[in-house]
Amino acid sequence: MDFSYTEEQSLLKDTLTRFVQKDYPFDARHKRINAGEFCHEPTWQALSEMGVMALNVPEAAGGLGASGIETQIVMEAVGQGLIVEPFLASAVLGTQALALASPAHPLLEQVAAGAVKLALAHTEPGQRYERIAQGTTAARQGDAHVLNGQKAVVLGGAVADYFVVSAVAEGKCALFLVDAKASGLTRHAYPTQDGANGADLILRNVSAERLGNAEDQQAILEAVLDKACAALCAEAVGAMGVLVKLTTEYLKTRKQFGVTLSNFQVLKHRAADMLVQYELAKSMALYAATAADETEARVRAQKISAARVQVSQASRFVSQQAVQTHGGIGVTDELNVSHYFKRLSIINHTLGDADWHLARYSSLM
Amino acid sequence: MNLNYSAEDQAFRKQVRDFIDANLPKDIQERVLSGNRLEHTDISRWQGILHKQGWGGAGWPKKFGGTGWDATQQHIFDEETADAGCPMQLPFGLRMVAPVIMAFASPAQQERHLPGILSGETWWCQGYSEPGSGSDLASLKTKAERQGDHYIVNGQKTWTTLGQFADWIFCLVRTNSDVRQQEGISFLLIDMKTPGITVRPIIMMDHEHEVNEVWFDNVKVPVENLVGEENKGWTYAKYLLGHERTGIAGLGRSKRVLKQVRKVAAVAMSNGKPLMEDQRYRDRLAQVEIDLTALEITLLKVLDAEKQKKQIGPEASLLKIRGSEIQQTLTELAMQAAGPYAIPYIEEPRQQGQKWPSWLGNDAYVHASGSYFNMRKTTIYGGSNEIQKNIIAQLAMGL
Repeated sequence: MDFSYTEEQSLLKDTLTRFVQKDYPFDARHKRINAGEFCHEPTWQALSEMGVMALNVPEAAGGLGASGIETQIVMEAVGQGLIVEPFLASAVLGTQALALASPAHPLLEQVAAGAVKLALAHTEPGQRYERIAQGTTAARQGDAHVLNGQKAVVLGGAVADYFVVSAVAEGKCALFLVDAKASGLTRHAYPTQDGANGADLILRNVSAERLGNAEDQQAILEAVLDKACAALCAEAVGAMGVLVKLTTEYLKTRKQFGVTLSNFQVLKHRAADMLVQYELAKSMALYAATAADETEARVRAQKISAARVQVSQASRFVSQQAVQTHGGIGVTDELNVSHYFKRLSIINHTLGDADWHLARYSSLM
Repeated sequence: MNLNYSAEDQAFRKQVRDFIDANLPKDIQERVLSGNRLEHTDISRWQGILHKQGWGGAGWPKKFGGTGWDATQQHIFDEETADAGCPMQLPFGLRMVAPVIMAFASPAQQERHLPGILSGETWWCQGYSEPGSGSDLASLKTKAERQGDHYIVNGQKTWTTLGQFADWIFCLVRTNSDVRQQEGISFLLIDMKTPGITVRPIIMMDHEHEVNEVWFDNVKVPVENLVGEENKGWTYAKYLLGHERTGIAGLGRSKRVLKQVRKVAAVAMSNGKPLMEDQRYRDRLAQVEIDLTALEITLLKVLDAEKQKKQIGPEASLLKIRGSEIQQTLTELAMQAAGPYAIPYIEEPRQQGQKWPSWLGNDAYVHASGSYFNMRKTTIYGGSNEIQKNIIAQLAMGL
């Protein structure tokens, strides 16, 4: 047993922490979001130059073929900095889907360089967190395929250059690559509650490239979504860590009744409970990160759902209590606390909420 | 013991319902029920309609133009108006400053201010909290210095709800710094058009402009705008906070929101079935419905006691704590029902004739996250829930 990072992993962590602290200031981020900017290209380029877009691209395709731990390191920094640029959407969801379905795909090299952004278009209207494609269908037309259907809340969908789309082909789950500029594709782009971006897609006779030739790609889809769930745990931990720190500082500096708030036992105990939850969430995010590479689907699913249940509960508690402890200033747009609160709330409704993962865990017991 | 409403109460309920059916403007009702943003004029319009009927001041005594309804009737009125989708009546005038004016102000002040509050023509806001004085309200620093026939007011108030529309503000100001904090505070009524007042918006985390900072720079306030005695403001303020907390329980509103959440859960699909059939979610709804029932029976019990002795004790704090927690739980359940559609941030269509985009499956989802974010304030405002617990421990339990 070893809980330590390798030298390279520590270096990656340091680089990202420095980037978040120095090059991703909250005020500039806030301004860009208010101005309606979906993705800050200089940030995307800076992250790409650190090599993080290559992490989940196989070595043979020009990437780093890294483990779930590297993704965990990046996502924790994403959470700390509230980075809204679509690392999860493109470098985890989109890249893993493309790489697992078609490991030698020529597009992967550009993905690794950060030259193109991907997004996974899976969820459909009328679904919540189901992992099967239902309403989107693929029909063969000569060598090509034609897609019809609708996709809901595609993360990073507003800025994606290509979509990996799940669809039903001859009764089975299959993955397709769709150019965002393809004719017949309508993209309704929007900002998300946490300052990032998404889109709903309508596909009408959109020509698409079949990815790989496996008969049923449901297993790939499940693996991709699980890896993303592990990544979300790490992001939540990053955000929670900041809230614990900010709340502690606030308790030590804010005065009421002539003394700092840290004099009130009820608030001290609350802070202690926040730290307890945060520590447990950190453990479970590591558990999820190591499970992300697990090849046995059932084991992977159960471990990752366990992590998401615990991390969701911790996120809810820590974010709500951070706001409550800050009082009025905690609910304003001006202070960063509410932005961490919103991101944690949205994570808890992304790719399964706590109840959904608890049900999934129960069913696998 | 009989926990049912009397025949008279039920007849009264029907009378209220019939009046709302006939008089609530449909455009306002539509905005309230859909959770869309209200125009501030919607609130004045509705107040005017109620006023014409003689129902402007549900909690007011007849002497001041109120209905003279007893506590149960007031509760029935609150419940019916909330259920039907009436806009809230502005509490700052009706429920907060008016009771203070009735109890402590001069007849001249009563004549000047109460009619405008009742008719909805005068918009009031509250000047209590300051950046350094939240839970510790008595430490407030906004100063009023007597100069001849005027007070000169300097300082800053914050969290001033809907102050951007206000004609008047009631303020707690420091008139004596040499005594115990609570003994140097006065209660002033200030015309918002007085030179030297600046209102600055505070944007909340749901992007709404609901509260403000109000700055006072050498603002001249005539001494006749002092309520009661100088330096007795704290007594009046406490009286006011007791009134605020019964309304703050938001029971009627929560009952309406629960109905809406049930409706959404009946159509939101999960694994091919309505979410309402998901046992975990259904149990959560059942739990909040039970919590709401416990709150309602407690409120009715308090109202009944109030009819006998007319005094609000720590029960108001209890109602505020549970009422605010339930409001928050309901918005969490609505957000959970929205599922992935909790994620998009879709700007409300504001232009005439604009609609929510058709690709959105269910309009009910679009406010789910915003409401959850917005409702975090309920356990903070009106005396935070931590402060309410101190009040209960001290007043009810002698701890």
